[in-house]
Amino acid sequence: MAITDIRAYAHLTDEDIDAIGAELDGIRKDIEAARGEADAAYIRRAIALQRALAAAGRITLFASSFPPAWVAGTAFLSLAKIIENMELGHNIIHGQWDWMNDPEIHSTSWEWDTTCPSAHWKHSHNFVHHKFTNVVGKDNDVGYGILRVTRDQKWHPVNLGQPVYNALLMLLFEWGVALHDLDLEKIRRREKDPKQTWKQLKEIGRKVRRQVLKDYVVYPALTGPQFLSTLTANATANLVRNLWADAVIFCGHFPDGAEKFTLEEFENETPQQWYLRQMLGSANFRAGRLMAFLSGNLCYQIEHHLFPDLPSNRYAEIGERVRDLCERYRLPYTTGSLARQYAETLRTIWKLSLPDRFLTRTTDDAPETRSERFPLPVAA
Amino acid sequence: MIRLPSRREARMTETPAPHGGRLASARRLARWLTTPLLPDDYLHLLNPLWSSRELRGRIVDVVPETAQASTLVIKPGWGWNFDYRPGQYVGIAVQVDGRWHWRSYSLSSAPSRGQDTIAITVKAMPEGFLSSHLTSLQVGTVVRLAAPKGDFVLPEPPPDKILFLTAGSGLTPVMAMLRTLDRRGRTPDVVLLHSAPTEADVLFRAELQAMHRAHESLVLIERLTDRDGMLDLDRLADAVPDWAARETWACGPPAMLDAAERAWKARGISDRLHVERFSVDLAGAGGEGGTVTFGNSGKTVTVDGATTLLEAGEQNGVLLPFGCRMGICQTCVVPLAKGSVRDLRSGQTHQEGDRIQTCISAAAGDCVLDV
Repeated sequence: MAITDIRAYAHLTDEDIDAIGAELDGIRKDIEAARGEADAAYIRRAIALQRALAAAGRITLFASSFPPAWVAGTAFLSLAKIIENMELGHNIIHGQWDWMNDPEIHSTSWEWDTTCPSAHWKHSHNFVHHKFTNVVGKDNDVGYGILRVTRDQKWHPVNLGQPVYNALLMLLFEWGVALHDLDLEKIRRREKDPKQTWKQLKEIGRKVRRQVLKDYVVYPALTGPQFLSTLTANATANLVRNLWADAVIFCGHFPDGAEKFTLEEFENETPQQWYLRQMLGSANFRAGRLMAFLSGNLCYQIEHHLFPDLPSNRYAEIGERVRDLCERYRLPYTTGSLARQYAETLRTIWKLSLPDRFLTRTTDDAPETRSERFPLPVAA
Repeated sequence: MIRLPSRREARMTETPAPHGGRLASARRLARWLTTPLLPDDYLHLLNPLWSSRELRGRIVDVVPETAQASTLVIKPGWGWNFDYRPGQYVGIAVQVDGRWHWRSYSLSSAPSRGQDTIAITVKAMPEGFLSSHLTSLQVGTVVRLAAPKGDFVLPEPPPDKILFLTAGSGLTPVMAMLRTLDRRGRTPDVVLLHSAPTEADVLFRAELQAMHRAHESLVLIERLTDRDGMLDLDRLADAVPDWAARETWACGPPAMLDAAERAWKARGISDRLHVERFSVDLAGAGGEGGTVTFGNSGKTVTVDGATTLLEAGEQNGVLLPFGCRMGICQTCVVPLAKGSVRDLRSGQTHQEGDRIQTCISAAAGDCVLDV
């Protein structure tokens, strides 16, 4: 059984947990007070860079039948889509830049360059995932309704195919995201009003129509006889973005050490314990400045989960303080190279396609889920 | 003034064509290339004025008028409608420390065909953080604008006998009216009774005198209050014997306007008095403060009883509709879903279910706004 008593699991006293909460509140206050012109300039520069790359990609692909132009154009466009989804879209929709009071860089008005409507994302991600993070049965991001990513989820013969489902999800990631808020699990259990489902499908359809026409009809057609090479370039850019986004996002909660929690834990938790769950349920990966930027600073997944609405360019400095705090309280600060974190993720997905009787560890001591029966070492 | 449109609305309601219908259709087609963005989202990176998604303007001149006041001459970008009426005000926002701050100012420029700039005249207030910032803006600064609005306007055609009763920077909307009359060259019988502490504080003094020389039907009466004392509106007839026969536009500090309203009411001619309050007296009564929740975003803010709900939202990155920011235009009205708020002008409280003006209301305990 995943973690039910987070206090016992972390071996912390109530005073410790309160002190950690107060310290994290302090970090938030400091960053909120420090936000200013330099941060505003940062996001404006990121937006300008992203739009310049997008324009450069589209223009270069007017020569898409010339292989070097195909490669360059595809690279520009891939980068543009990655930056738009990760550093801009995801973070702006989180409200990280709302403090600027800028109607054009605001969570209420940003629509991102992917098939998922922003409004759906706000519900499935900002609300469901960030509130119920890693609570098995509550957070739909625990396996996205199609993968068994912790042995807290009951095995079903259908899980035998999950190495394949996972590969498909990697390739088609934006489509998975687009359908995510429909909550297929709820539809399957007939718990969802078909009217609501239909309304959402229509909204997705509208967004999909524009996105698909743009990448697969309008731009290819504009390049005339090079229709096919432009089409393949655009499809490749979407694919590259899908693979990258999938990798970054899977490394957030599926590597070893990103703990899972029971409903009981969630129902009894204090705001300070909420912080603790976010910290223990998330995993970072090591990244230089470029990789951090391309990951939308989700290499700082722990910091993002503690402060989802603080500006992403501040996560690096927040990270230093969180890491220091973890060391002082002997709490794990899960991180590793991207390759390692991703390898652990894949291993878990493949391994858990098998029923529990083929697995040696239990829900109390597995790499991807532990419980208070195997607590962390005692704090010094 | 406009409610800030969301991108979604911007997509649904086609913005008016900036330069004729052909360009508008080109832009509509170009949206298929830039979706989910608008072409303007790319173009404004090349030139900040090339966007009609949000109104912008560039400061092209800063003209000192008095020791404290300057006129900002602004070239608006795409989507701006020059068809405003003399006396109306605009919203203007500048970015300070990364954050956009909005204020309203009367246009002092007269609308005319072929113009490509507008002007506002700003007096730096000692306690006004934004007004002093505005008067020290550099030429080239890009500001945000909100469309002209307001009922304090000169009718068309203007009445035969007019009194303009102004004080301090209350002259600015009237200046737009005077310039409009001057431009038409057919000035009716106008008396401008303007109060300022000293001669050096009188805005547009040279221009007003030139207008007087050009049109003998324009009479200027300067009241220098450091020398002559405050104007006593009960003795208005001493300065303007036929005041009651004149259609009057008054703009100035709240005390003067209150006195004017009493005087006109006493004569039973309140309908002849048009008043513009450019500052609002929020001293009515403080709310108790409390936690304000903005329903749509779920954001909560703890505020004191003196901060308006609009300011509280903006300081915390919640985009709220707004207009005049002084309780007159009703653009900011939102439903109060829970709790109660207090009107800072009157001290009156509003309860759950009321529709309230966020720009002049503060929390009276915890409350939830349906916005």
